[in-house]
Amino acid sequence: MSTLEDTGALAREPGRTSFLTEGGTTVRSWLLSTDHKRIAFLYAAGITFFFFLGGAAATLIRAELVTPAGDLLTADEYNRLFTLHGVIMVWFFLVPSIPTTLGNFLLPLMIGAREVAFPRLNLFSWYLYMGGGLLTLLSLLLGGVDTGWTFYTPFSTLYSNSYVLLAAAGVFVVGFSSIATGINFLATIHLLRAKGMTWMRMPLFAWAMYTVSLVMVLATPVLAISLLLIFAERAFGLPIFDPRSGGDPLLFQHLFWFYSHPAVYIMVLPAFGVVSEIIACEARRRVFGYEFMVYAMVAIAVIGFMVWGHHMFVSGQSPFASLVFSFLSFVVAVPSAIKVFNWTGTLYRGQIRFSAPMLYALGFVGLFTLGGLTGLFLASIPIDVQVTDTYFVVAHFHYIMVGGSVSAFFGGLHFWWPKITGRMYSETLAKFAAVSMFFGFNFTFFPQFILGYMGMPRRYHEYPPEFQAWHVMSSTGAVVLAFAYLWPLFYLGWSLVKGERADDNPHDATGLEWQTSSPPPKDNFAEPPIVTGTPYRYHAEGFAPHEVRPIHAPQDPQ
Amino acid sequence: MTEVTLQEPWATAERQRVAVQFGMWLFLATETLFFGGLFLTYAVARFSHPAGFVAAAREAEAMFGTINTVVLLTSSLTMAIAERAVREALVPLARAMFAATLMLGVAFLVVKGFEYRSDIVKHLVPGPEFTLSQTGASQFWAFYWTATGVHACHMLIGLGVVTRMLLIPAADLPGRSTTAEGSALYWHLVDLIWVILYALIYLVGR
Repeated sequence: MSTLEDTGALAREPGRTSFLTEGGTTVRSWLLSTDHKRIAFLYAAGITFFFFLGGAAATLIRAELVTPAGDLLTADEYNRLFTLHGVIMVWFFLVPSIPTTLGNFLLPLMIGAREVAFPRLNLFSWYLYMGGGLLTLLSLLLGGVDTGWTFYTPFSTLYSNSYVLLAAAGVFVVGFSSIATGINFLATIHLLRAKGMTWMRMPLFAWAMYTVSLVMVLATPVLAISLLLIFAERAFGLPIFDPRSGGDPLLFQHLFWFYSHPAVYIMVLPAFGVVSEIIACEARRRVFGYEFMVYAMVAIAVIGFMVWGHHMFVSGQSPFASLVFSFLSFVVAVPSAIKVFNWTGTLYRGQIRFSAPMLYALGFVGLFTLGGLTGLFLASIPIDVQVTDTYFVVAHFHYIMVGGSVSAFFGGLHFWWPKITGRMYSETLAKFAAVSMFFGFNFTFFPQFILGYMGMPRRYHEYPPEFQAWHVMSSTGAVVLAFAYLWPLFYLGWSLVKGERADDNPHDATGLEWQTSSPPPKDNFAEPPIVTGTPYRYHAEGFAPHEVRPIHAPQDPQ
Repeated sequence: MTEVTLQEPWATAERQRVAVQFGMWLFLATETLFFGGLFLTYAVARFSHPAGFVAAAREAEAMFGTINTVVLLTSSLTMAIAERAVREALVPLARAMFAATLMLGVAFLVVKGFEYRSDIVKHLVPGPEFTLSQTGASQFWAFYWTATGVHACHMLIGLGVVTRMLLIPAADLPGRSTTAEGSALYWHLVDLIWVILYALIYLVGR
């Protein structure tokens, strides 16, 4: 029998094989693999490609905005670029990023399962993702889309002369990949937890995957139907939103934001999970207020469905509706704040290691707090009316999505890198990347709060000269940020080939995923694990800090 | 009962059965929200233009709709029998009932095709030649074409699912009772959505 206390007890003997070689090493064996760990790699390749594609569009946007005149790009090209940036980053990077890579890899390991519930569906979801991605890529190669990522009607259905249908079809398809992942994770968590892995013993990352899956399963179909209605109106001339025949363009906005606001939580809930794991381990403390962390995530997932109207304060919805949506948006800040306080509580009196993952995680807490607080500004109707469609909004959601989710993704990538690849990376180079990302990010996006407050509208390629200083600052920051994103490609790539072999548990962490070998064998554990306690056994009673190994010698598992 | 064929990663047939049902119900939840968005557009349009909506609905061919409702409800019955027969290892009955479901499904689409033809002849497609002039009438017909079209796509997928059940060799069929259950759940949902569409399209204004 093995318990959580026997660190490394579930690993195999030295000289073992891992999922990287078991089942073949041909390209075919990877592309047709139903192993959740291999599928995580497939997804990682996909999202990396789309991340740098979306990043290239952002680079061109920031280059254009260095000067007040529109000298690098025409207005039309600029429209197409920010649409590309938004569509790619939201649906092909941010939404799938953490769940499909870290989630796919780690969720079964963390709950002591051998596989996800529906392995073939898991592989199928990757093909859907790539298929949707290729459709959208095709629309881009043919000339792009100029509607913005929001596809607002009637522009998208009646006026736009660009490849709206193709891009929307791509997003429609990728939505089903999200739904498949969500169904898979929910079934996995409900039905495949190891013996003793009760709901309140689940790692917070697993809880994050649970709540995000709920949102994916219930919100994504509404996006699908809103895109389908756009398709019906644009391709077949059925006047669903057309005001000339009595349709209501606002209805599209309601449907779209009913998905797209919860989508923000699809992007940030997984980040909460990652950061909770990193902070607990690197501060050598149990998660402060574990149960409230769980309730907070569930509350965010549920209340997140009821706040979409705050995107429509100025679009003509009734003042009463705006009032209610404003109130609910303030309400959703409460569980978010609980999480921030609990991370801080976890750090308090911890023995903090300022490792690279921890730097990313601490950066996340700061940036998420700033993004969240400015979110409260925007939830308040008078301020929102003032800054609607300005750079203030742009800065706010980038603080949540890029400052928050992307920092957490990089943090998680570094934290679990030794487990996933079986190799160590250079801690010094990684710390440098983490710090560059934090500074580069603030350098890029903080000036945009000021720009927005001064009245700079979003989605314009020209602007009055008095804004130039702030735009130059932002573009300079973007250079630092671009470096911080490219730099890990080199040292992580190096680690993949030449990195030092990792121990099974290099961070001295106590989660179930660290009990098996690095990288894990195809079946994850040598024998089914039995869980006897919390996943956070740091600084527990009777243990000195830094000493999570049991006092009694572990029994030989063999 | 015969041994159920086990798929990765399930250790017991009971657990696998629970998983397939659980996954399928989650998918049905997704479908419900998908069609929920569609029904919302209907509600909004009907609320905004009640008179035009009722006038437009009067043009809908209730005869075709009613026949199709009977056809689909019958197909749900045959599907339910088929699923139960697979579980009881009554292979010939199961295959006959799957085949009946398939034929009823095809019949539904054929009737739908005749109805579409009649609608097109009557110029009920919103556009330059649309016959109705009341505000909201084209809203109704936009909903009609979108909703029945999406439902027909679901029918096609359903027909694929039933065909797959028929392609399973007779000897293996009793082992695939969880697959049969999942397929039946999907078929019943598509049927149920039609019942709602029937009320929304054919019974308004009558």
